[in-house]
Amino acid sequence: MPTTAHIPDLDSVLACHPREESQLIPLLQDIQDHAGYISADAMRAAASHLNIPESSVYGVVTFYSQFYLTRQGRHRVKVCQGTACHVRGAVEIIRAVSARLGIKPGETTRDFEFSVERVACFGSCALAPVMVVNDKVYGNVTPEMAVRLLDELT
Amino acid sequence: MDRELTFTIDGQSVTARKGETVLQAAREAGIYIPHLCYSDGLEPYSACRLCIVEIDGMRGMPTSCATPVKQGMVVRNDVESVNRVRRMVCEMLIADHPLVCLSCSANMNCRLQDVAAFLGIKGSRLRRMVRKPIVDDSNPFYTRDLGKCILCGLCTRSCHELRGVGAIEIAGRGYESRIAAPGDQPVSESTCTSCGECIDRCPVNALWAKNETVPPTATTTTTCVYCGCGCSLELGTRAGKIVRVRGDKNGICNRGSLCVKGRFGLDFVSAPDRLTTPLIKRNGSFEEATWDEALDLVASTFAKIKQQHGPDALAGLSSAKCTNEENYVFQKFIRAGLGTNNVDHCARLCHASTVAGLARAFGSGAMTNPQSDFEHADCIFVTGSNTTEAHPITAMRIISAVVDPGATLIVADPRRIDLTRYATLHIRQRSGTDVALFNAMMQVIIAEGLCDDTFIAERTEGVEELKGCVAECTPEWAEPITGIPAEKIREAARLYAAAERGSIAYSMGITQHTTGTDNVLALANLAMITGNVGRASTGVNPLRGQNNVQGACDLGALPNKYPGYQDVNDPAIQKHFESAWGASLSPEIGLTVTEIVGAAGSGAVRGLYVMGENPMLSDPNLNHVEQALKDVEFLCVQDIFMTETAALADVVLPAASFAEKDGSFTNTDRRVQRVRAALPKPGEARDDWDIICSIASRTGYPMSYNSPSEILDEIASVSPIYGGMSFERIDAEGLQWPCPDKTHPGTTFLHEGEFKRGKGKFHATPFKVAAEEPDDDYPLLLTTGRYLYHWHTRTMTSRSKGLEEICPPVPIEIHPDDAAQHGIADGDVVEVASRRGVIRADAKVTDRSPRGTVFMAFHFREGAANKLTNDALDPIAKIPEFKVCAVRIGTVEA
Repeated sequence: MPTTAHIPDLDSVLACHPREESQLIPLLQDIQDHAGYISADAMRAAASHLNIPESSVYGVVTFYSQFYLTRQGRHRVKVCQGTACHVRGAVEIIRAVSARLGIKPGETTRDFEFSVERVACFGSCALAPVMVVNDKVYGNVTPEMAVRLLDELT
Repeated sequence: MDRELTFTIDGQSVTARKGETVLQAAREAGIYIPHLCYSDGLEPYSACRLCIVEIDGMRGMPTSCATPVKQGMVVRNDVESVNRVRRMVCEMLIADHPLVCLSCSANMNCRLQDVAAFLGIKGSRLRRMVRKPIVDDSNPFYTRDLGKCILCGLCTRSCHELRGVGAIEIAGRGYESRIAAPGDQPVSESTCTSCGECIDRCPVNALWAKNETVPPTATTTTTCVYCGCGCSLELGTRAGKIVRVRGDKNGICNRGSLCVKGRFGLDFVSAPDRLTTPLIKRNGSFEEATWDEALDLVASTFAKIKQQHGPDALAGLSSAKCTNEENYVFQKFIRAGLGTNNVDHCARLCHASTVAGLARAFGSGAMTNPQSDFEHADCIFVTGSNTTEAHPITAMRIISAVVDPGATLIVADPRRIDLTRYATLHIRQRSGTDVALFNAMMQVIIAEGLCDDTFIAERTEGVEELKGCVAECTPEWAEPITGIPAEKIREAARLYAAAERGSIAYSMGITQHTTGTDNVLALANLAMITGNVGRASTGVNPLRGQNNVQGACDLGALPNKYPGYQDVNDPAIQKHFESAWGASLSPEIGLTVTEIVGAAGSGAVRGLYVMGENPMLSDPNLNHVEQALKDVEFLCVQDIFMTETAALADVVLPAASFAEKDGSFTNTDRRVQRVRAALPKPGEARDDWDIICSIASRTGYPMSYNSPSEILDEIASVSPIYGGMSFERIDAEGLQWPCPDKTHPGTTFLHEGEFKRGKGKFHATPFKVAAEEPDDDYPLLLTTGRYLYHWHTRTMTSRSKGLEEICPPVPIEIHPDDAAQHGIADGDVVEVASRRGVIRADAKVTDRSPRGTVFMAFHFREGAANKLTNDALDPIAKIPEFKVCAVRIGTVEA
């Protein structure tokens, strides 16, 4: 079974999980923690490890938004699109971020530095509009502030 | 089972079995409850929300597909309060569904139309959000349009739950939900086996068979011609062609399911190169002839040879593809007409060792229990059977037992076959070391006191002989021989011995060895020491390969047996048949297939009649076979195509295919089932039995029957196991032999209370090595087998473009380590050589093959594995060792 180039230790990740179907989601989370996303090879390896059809793995991976099918950027930028953030100008923030990085939401820059996502709600509506960069929450964001945050990371 | 529960639907009284759901009971009673995601044989899914009903005492509107009936339940189905909700659900479905009904091939046969019509849907109040057609045309047999899909999940569920394949699943979420193969790849890139179960179950024609272009004008129920599963087929015909193939939902063996060959592999019936006129070879090439010319030539040549060289200079190969009636007529012609017992057929090459072994141990060589019994076994031991490929519908039963209720599955097979995905334990013995494995398992069972001592004492004899033989065969002894770790052997032994109902299934991996009979005897020993014979869901179950190989054996296409396994060398029986057939018969046991070929080469056999067999691909050591068939003085071949064997014949006679004839096949369950003509015969082709009768009459032994039904009646009169059979009695769902008289209900499983031979007999089976082992010159072990997509010598399946596309010639499977060692990459053209021949094949590097072993299917004339195989024979059954020979392999310039 060929393993993906991005996680040379896929076998050791697999080895931490009993070969039971119920282990699928924890295993996928573990793979993603190591590799940043779940490659086709990793899905194949997970299916083989748990002795379930590959299609079952693909069904689960594509169902949950927590799983990525493609390699993500080093920095993860998530812009909230919830009702409160929308009312407080989230559209402008998305537009500014997209323009600064040259990618649309859901995409990753060619140099794999940044990925941008739209997210429905972080539950931090009091701080709207909200943007999360690498798991750090920024509140009351303006388009200028968003661009400045990205500049600092570049 | 009794329909013991009573309840009402809309005031109408309805009965139900215990455990039946409201929807099932309603369907049974002919009451329509709208539904889309329910289908027989699948778990309730409650996704479409259309089968909702109101039930007194229950809150809301439960789905009738998932609600079991309770006594006295009051159900409301066709009431406005329910229909109002259903209408909204239906409108949502329609808002998302292209309304192109007139040009849709499901028009008038669409479950969504049924629902909409029932509910009186006039349109949808919702904004239409119709998906664009998203067509996947990659599979050669079917097309999928996700634009029409209503996401009922029937295709994915039948693929996972029923077939155990799991090629597709619902991917994504919300509006993005879709049926997808992994990675949204074309379905042709997935593990799909093209069984077509999803097409059958799709309610709206989001999936459709490419070969179904027009609806049939007639439908004929018959029995599939491919393997021994015995699937009941519905052949839809129109204007002389098969235009639709469906599994018969009432079919007792297949319950509506089919495999890719049965559903999509019948193109051969209408192939343009079917034989349609008799052919006589003159000056090296075939010329068309009249039936009279051809029949006269065959009859006069056979008569001449008989007169000059005696009857034993003649021989016939009968066919496991032909009906019971035809096999009976054929062997009667050879025995009574020509006066020799030189009649055999390809069972010699598949289960001769089963017939020999099980007859010695139990008294009957057939599968002890039916396929359906696997579903209720609590441990199934599969060895030497690649069940999902060779017996796909039987495999469904095994998988179903494992999935629910959770039977233990032990697979002992050198290759990592698909069934291992469901196995509790997979042990990989080296090819040819089966006896060592089974002996070691028995050593463990005896040493650990896991025997069924009561069964052994009451039902068997000779156990001391067995105990002596296996006493030293510890798992540690077997480990270096078989390559299986001793602990795994112990585990297998304990799992099998612990079973309440342990069932053994095996096939060619056991039988096609020089130790084939010993392998079978060892399995019989294993079953007997644990008391796993003579009860439901137990037994020793040889899965028979050909559609009618069981029948061909039953009807005496064997050199030592008259119909019904009656010995030809028993004077009393001989006398009985002499009076029944009005001819004097030979008391000498005749020659087997392999001996006939040898005798043809040496000149001992001068005239050979081959009905529907193709030894030029099916027999071992083909170069030798070819020379023999060229050397034989006169060869007559009766077939539906110009096979490799027919090409060497002096006379070729065109026969009818299964779709054009009446008769019966006996499947692996010993079930005799009807074959019914769905099409007229092409050109001047005639029924096999009819041709044989004409030739017999011309040789001076008059044979004539009005119909196959009359032949079966004659069979019933001479073969006690078929004594109660008649077309009338087998009409609905067949009958399982033994069925001795007209009131006997048939026999589900054998050896209940007493073995056929009285007591079951243990045989000592010391381990012997294979006839040819790998060595320095030929370092790899070649084992042969079959693929799902082809049938035997490919005479039928090569006429299906789709099957050829999915499985082109000629792969050889080799382990990555062996490939690396020999400098072979995946896809390389390689030369494979044994001491008997050389062929070319395409390397398929895969760990399905164990290290040191390569695998080839024997289907392909382009690279015939049987040019390599060893014609060394099992001394008792005379079966060749197809499963083990030594080869070397190297790359060649493409």
